[in-house]
Amino acid sequence: MSTNLQAHTENHVHRDDIGARLGMWLFLFTELILFGGMFIVYSVYRFTHQQEFHLAAQELNTIIGTFNTIILLTSSLTMAASIVAIQRSKRSLSIFFQMLTILLALFFMVNKYFEWTAKFHHGIYPGSETLLNENAGQILFFGLYYVMTGLHALHVIVGIIMIAVMMRFTSRGIVKHDNYVKLENTGLYWHLVDIIWIFLFPLFYLIT
Amino acid sequence: MDKQEINTEHSHGYGIYVLVWLGLLTLTGLTVAVAGINIGGFTVATALIIASVKAYLVLIIFMHLRSESKMFRVFVLVALFFLVISFILLFSDYSFQ
Repeated sequence: MSTNLQAHTENHVHRDDIGARLGMWLFLFTELILFGGMFIVYSVYRFTHQQEFHLAAQELNTIIGTFNTIILLTSSLTMAASIVAIQRSKRSLSIFFQMLTILLALFFMVNKYFEWTAKFHHGIYPGSETLLNENAGQILFFGLYYVMTGLHALHVIVGIIMIAVMMRFTSRGIVKHDNYVKLENTGLYWHLVDIIWIFLFPLFYLIT
Repeated sequence: MDKQEINTEHSHGYGIYVLVWLGLLTLTGLTVAVAGINIGGFTVATALIIASVKAYLVLIIFMHLRSESKMFRVFVLVALFFLVISFILLFSDYSFQ
């Protein structure tokens, strides 16, 4: 800490990278509670409607789910790589990795789009005729499926916007080799989105 | 101590990230493979354990908790502790209804 302060006064910049990262982590804890609450609801209904949940989960496409898991994990790798690149003053390489991350995220969303539209065509969406004729457990499963993966997809969209802003910051030199905490915090957000998917995937796609 | 050293505390090479990524892909394959086998109540437990290992890897390596100060790890543990408490209290009620 003392060395940080020293460096700060020497350069006459008011900066607290540790504070910035800690702030980001505190925000991530609120996300943890947001999704945690939903996982609690999920676990209770799964506990009370075990058979129905197993049956309902068979409707989900495990292949698309697995594919999207691989895409998100890879996007986490490219995000982490973009930070290594900026640390080594390789600006273009960092922008390239950020762009790859966005492309992978878009790829994830396209898969999600096809997955959801296929469900809609089968008449499975909240409040649909087909679904309301099913038992309570199936209605709950698909309700949770749409809310939880939908909220997650919303986070992916926010992540895409954040990374796009970071690409602009990097190209304009606001994010640079000795000042990249903004990119780091965006990375933290992106990795959290990945972690949430790590839990969503087995709980929705792999319980058949 | 120059300015450079403030920021190099988080430096990992690309190598460790690629290794972790390969590990995460392997665990994904494992969890998909295990889901096909019916081992009763252990199916959920296995899936959750594998997911937790994956989340741990992301937290420690990708999210730099390994190289952050101890304070960050304590914060994360406290947050997780309260989430786990909510689950435990809830199920201690539900399981005995």
